Amino acid sequence: MTGQQARFSAPSRVIHWLMAVMILAMLCIGVGMAASVSERYKVLVSIHKPLGIAILILVVIRFVNRRINPPPALPDSLTPVLRMAAIASHVLLYVLMFITPLVGWGMLSAARYPIILYGPLHLPPILPHDLALYALLRELHTCLAYGFFALILVHFGAALFHGLIRRDGVLASMASWRRTQTSGDIPR
Amino acid sequence: MPEDRSRDGPAAKGALTSGDVLLRLGAIGAAMLLAAVAFAYVGGWLSPGRLTQDRMAAALQEANGIHPGFRLNHAKGLCASGWFDSNGQASALSKAAVFEPGRMPLVGRFSLAGGMPFQTDAPGTVRALALRLTPRGAEEWRIAALNIPVFIVNSAQGFYDQTVASAPDPATGKPDPARMKAFLAAHPEAVKAFALIKDRPISTGFANSTFNGLNAFRFVSAAGASVPIRWSLVPAQAFVAESTAQSAPTDTNYLFSGLIAQVTEHPLQWRLLVTVGQPGDPTDDATLPWPSDRTQIDAGTVTIDQVSSEATGTCTDINYDPLVLPSGIESSDDPILSARSAVYARSFTLRAGEQREKPPSAITPQDVPARGRL
Repeated sequence: MTGQQARFSAPSRVIHWLMAVMILAMLCIGVGMAASVSERYKVLVSIHKPLGIAILILVVIRFVNRRINPPPALPDSLTPVLRMAAIASHVLLYVLMFITPLVGWGMLSAARYPIILYGPLHLPPILPHDLALYALLRELHTCLAYGFFALILVHFGAALFHGLIRRDGVLASMASWRRTQTSGDIPR
Repeated sequence: MPEDRSRDGPAAKGALTSGDVLLRLGAIGAAMLLAAVAFAYVGGWLSPGRLTQDRMAAALQEANGIHPGFRLNHAKGLCASGWFDSNGQASALSKAAVFEPGRMPLVGRFSLAGGMPFQTDAPGTVRALALRLTPRGAEEWRIAALNIPVFIVNSAQGFYDQTVASAPDPATGKPDPARMKAFLAAHPEAVKAFALIKDRPISTGFANSTFNGLNAFRFVSAAGASVPIRWSLVPAQAFVAESTAQSAPTDTNYLFSGLIAQVTEHPLQWRLLVTVGQPGDPTDDATLPWPSDRTQIDAGTVTIDQVSSEATGTCTDINYDPLVLPSGIESSDDPILSARSAVYARSFTLRAGEQREKPPSAITPQDVPARGRL
């Protein structure tokens, strides 16, 4: 491969950016509500729960989509270390997208808080009523969220590194919305 | 037209100078830092003055001492269980399943205000009853009510200020009168509320206390009509005024001991009265009473037939969060509700992680004689 880096499929790009917005909103809502005693608290909590479940559903759809529309290969120019880092960080991002909301659902279950999606629409508890288990999962939920934000920061920095310094087409493979990438289509 | 230089791919562009690389690395670093700072701001780490759950919890611990495993407020309590018989009369105003005619189990908790789990029972201490009603296969309702006619403050900041002002002075072991004076000067609503609270009739015990929900909620009917409401638990047990003889007891748990003795004799009952507000009645300020001529609906009867120590009762594992509401009951614009929900959640999380360090509650299982069961 010399010039162009293949792009992610359109469904992959749509789901990536949709989830990017949702997850960033979710992390901000999470730290915001955990620090709040104002009227914002009840509003943020009522968004946090259904949004978390939406992310859980979307990550499953995303995983299936990844099977149907595999991501483009990484550029050959990547060193083995960077290649490993890219693969590992993406595996970790998937794990966090799946585990963080699941731990949230589990901790609410262990505390026997109702898991309200909207109005009378509830999810059942998935764990027994157990305070020690709740305390553990509540702590874990926070740690996962902080780790998630840190990893997103690294992901963001790495994307910019690819786009601004390596200029290897990796950023454009997800961030470009142009209809095509081939130079023949660029009007002169 | 010049060639499009923005295209990606090494073939399309020239090499970066080391100065370019440094500049771009700096820009990337700055973008990452900006994102991290924004996140820290949202989380309150950059605003030492913001009233957060941590600061509220710290203020309560400062005022009451640190008691691992206990609630930050209403730390001294006794679990109770029984049932609620809904008579269906509130179902016209609220579509909540708890108001459909029928019986549902409940887990309750009697407690005294304050974060001291071993405080001596005293007549003037605010008494509370919390309930979790669980209709079969439908949404639960959690409520917490106090034996005072209005709440003391009308904002989260007010509650924080009151907590800080009532913290004991390390020198005297008592609240500093100057700080309390400053608090009252800053919170005129509390001055009026304290006057109403002081005037309340105080009964001999938990069993003949009226417990008021204080904060306004909204009932939503099946047709979608929403009305502001407040509710009270009015005892079937006759009111008897607290006497000075009783309030100088030898038993430091005389209120709880009295309750245990009464429940052992016969089940205790309270009527759930729903007061319907009119337009203009304050819903965002629990220090203001509503006019006494408002329509009241008798929604049903709470029966408590058993009490148990926190060591064996199931109330210990419940956070009586006032915003755990079924559809048909909604939060009002009262800021205290959101503050209570937030601080209760923090308190619950703290004590959940401290269960192993928790000493026995003031009321132990030995204090509660087992009732004969069939």
